[in-house]
Amino acid sequence: MKKKLLSAVIAGFMAATPVMAELTFSALSYRTGAYGNNGIPFADGYLDYFTLLQERDGGIGGESIRVIECETAYNTEKGVECYEATKGEGVLSYSPLSTGITYQLIPKVTADGIALHTMGYGRTSAKNGQIFRNVFNFPANYWDGASVGIKHLLDINNGDIKGKKVALVYHNSAYGKEPIRTLEELSKKHGYELMLLPVDHPGQEQKSQWLQIRREKPDYVLMWGWGVMNPVAIQEAVNIRYPMENFIGVWWSGSENDVLPAGDKATGYKALAFHAVNSDFPIFDDIQKFVVDRGKAAGAGDQIGTVLYNRGMYNAMLITEAARTAQAIAGKSNISQADMIKGFEALEMTEEKMAALGLPGFGPSFSVSCENHGGDGMVAVAQWDAGAGKWSIVSDFQASDMSVIQPLIDEDSGAFAAENNLSPNCN
Amino acid sequence: MFYREAGDFSTTYREDSQTFPIKFDRYRYYAVLLIAFAIIPFLLNDYWVNAIFLPFLIYSIAAIGLNILTGYCGQVSLGTGGFMAVGAYATYKLMTAFPEVSMVVHILLAGGITAFVGVLFGLPSLRIKGFYLAVATLAAQFFLVWLFNRVPWFYNYSASGQINSPERTLFGIPITGANTEPWAVYLFCLVFVTLSAIIARNLTRGAMGRKWMAIRDMDIAAEIIGVNPLTAKLSAFAISSFFVGVSGALFFSVYLGAVEVGEVFGINKSFLVLFMIIIGGLGSIFGSFAGAAFLVLLPVLLKNVLVTGLGWPTDLAAHLEFMIVGFLIIVFLIVEPHGIAQLWRVAKEKLRLWPFPH
Repeated sequence: MKKKLLSAVIAGFMAATPVMAELTFSALSYRTGAYGNNGIPFADGYLDYFTLLQERDGGIGGESIRVIECETAYNTEKGVECYEATKGEGVLSYSPLSTGITYQLIPKVTADGIALHTMGYGRTSAKNGQIFRNVFNFPANYWDGASVGIKHLLDINNGDIKGKKVALVYHNSAYGKEPIRTLEELSKKHGYELMLLPVDHPGQEQKSQWLQIRREKPDYVLMWGWGVMNPVAIQEAVNIRYPMENFIGVWWSGSENDVLPAGDKATGYKALAFHAVNSDFPIFDDIQKFVVDRGKAAGAGDQIGTVLYNRGMYNAMLITEAARTAQAIAGKSNISQADMIKGFEALEMTEEKMAALGLPGFGPSFSVSCENHGGDGMVAVAQWDAGAGKWSIVSDFQASDMSVIQPLIDEDSGAFAAENNLSPNCN
Repeated sequence: MFYREAGDFSTTYREDSQTFPIKFDRYRYYAVLLIAFAIIPFLLNDYWVNAIFLPFLIYSIAAIGLNILTGYCGQVSLGTGGFMAVGAYATYKLMTAFPEVSMVVHILLAGGITAFVGVLFGLPSLRIKGFYLAVATLAAQFFLVWLFNRVPWFYNYSASGQINSPERTLFGIPITGANTEPWAVYLFCLVFVTLSAIIARNLTRGAMGRKWMAIRDMDIAAEIIGVNPLTAKLSAFAISSFFVGVSGALFFSVYLGAVEVGEVFGINKSFLVLFMIIIGGLGSIFGSFAGAAFLVLLPVLLKNVLVTGLGWPTDLAAHLEFMIVGFLIIVFLIVEPHGIAQLWRVAKEKLRLWPFPH
């Protein structure tokens, strides 16, 4: 008991640091554990962008930036600990990069009045901003991904996939289960047959799932995987000689780390994308000059320009643009947590804005409103070329099928509102 | 000098057989209760409750539960995570089906349901022992997690397969959901912990506990002196699972609020609770608390010292944390194989003689 008190006192003492007048952001990252291979590049990109703004521009709108990094190991208990440890420091926005942690944090940020930005993950129905007032999931969500994945199949089959068999290999968690409802609804509409193959955490063991694929020979395989599950699945697909161009991962299953272990045979593997996957942008010169050359690159500094690095950078860019918007609305540079939510809600990403940031055409242009916290759901398909060692976008960015998704969003957000006695409003 | 029984006379059997027969021990116990109930609630904030006290208290209940089964009755169980999941899903189903019934009732009922499931999986213990029983309970762990993932009825057909605890109040004060006050959830859990510890302590030093220990020490001899192995083993499974179920229920409804069974109640949880009782001390209620404190607080403390205090990179700190905690576990097991509780016991013996050791 005494030992407990003593260590608790020390822990509390260590956790307490004074709050200063600066813009504070959180980085709930994970560089360890079964998901570290994907968590590292994302965290590096995320941190490097903040470092770039700090080094090149001296912060955002004249306010310096402070980023508090906290290791979650993709574990919900540690995620909660990180949230509680950092929220007292005036953090403006959280991005936990984990659907499980997002579900934990949604009620907490709602009670505490802090913005939560889950870019391409999290609870899809948070797109309905009238109910999820401070949760944002632009520019695309899982249901957009599922819908565009099926649209891509329609495109390569001249609009008819009736009777085709589509398998979904998914991480058996809230994350992996997200697209199932949408895929079921779409299968009613387009007449394909859906086959569900769950893979349990962490996903190193997938022999039985791929044996089933070899036996039942689905025409297409979709994958909702993350962490160590991705390279294992791609290797297994190579092992059973599954045609790689018929194997499509969600954007979280489409980074270099996932395909490289399978070698040349992974060529042709496809993945969804909601932003550019290459590194031919002017901003990378600035990152080299202001971040890498000054020795301030996050992590080992070897991930720059990879798909997930780009995504982390894109996430940081959207957050900082929301902060700028918030500064413009509030008319002051030192914004509060409440101002930040307004900034997110009024965010507008245009082509000119991205070009000015050194990221021309990096992602879709969209605008956020109270009714729509999820953007327009523009998604494209990227393909891996092992010879060239890079991903390239092979389709147009296209919008998801909102006629299917909107009723699902209304239903799910309505259920959340009923559970928590919320009434939809925009005030 | 001040810690001794000299001058501490018991004049009734009742006084002689109380939990803390030595005056100093007894006062220390009252002081701890006083601090825990009357002082700590005023000092708490969200961080202390959610990162330190709630996990410590809830894991303590789980450790007490497993200690009854493994420490007192000698039946090794690797199914703790699965049984915690039973408690969590039982509360979820109860609290969504009967929103007007008090949370206290739901949590106790969840414990009861877990006790029933525990007995079912305890049946093989009548025929198999030791490592083989551990493997049988391991099957319970995997089966239960699979079941809660597989059957949508358990998570009310939600799209994500997660369970979320809606807001419930006790005397008008929210104790689950997002709008809880730190002191309210702390006290709610503390009441459960205190009652669990008192019940467990009294069970283990009564007739039932003696039967369990007889079975643990040598089951054939126990049978010969008249202990019924069927009732002894199954009662240990039932009571142990009850406590584990209560801890799972609190873990889900009060602490986390949203749970994904594979991640939260996986095999890791079973090992974590087992390590708690091994490090804390098998067959000791104090050991359950000490083990829970060691494994819950040490990582948080290390993280705060290394990252916040020394400013090291988070990944380096996370890796070092594994190494330091692992190293300390080995040191503890070598220096004192009977756990922290034994260190405490030795310290007390030394204190009794101090300052005049022979």
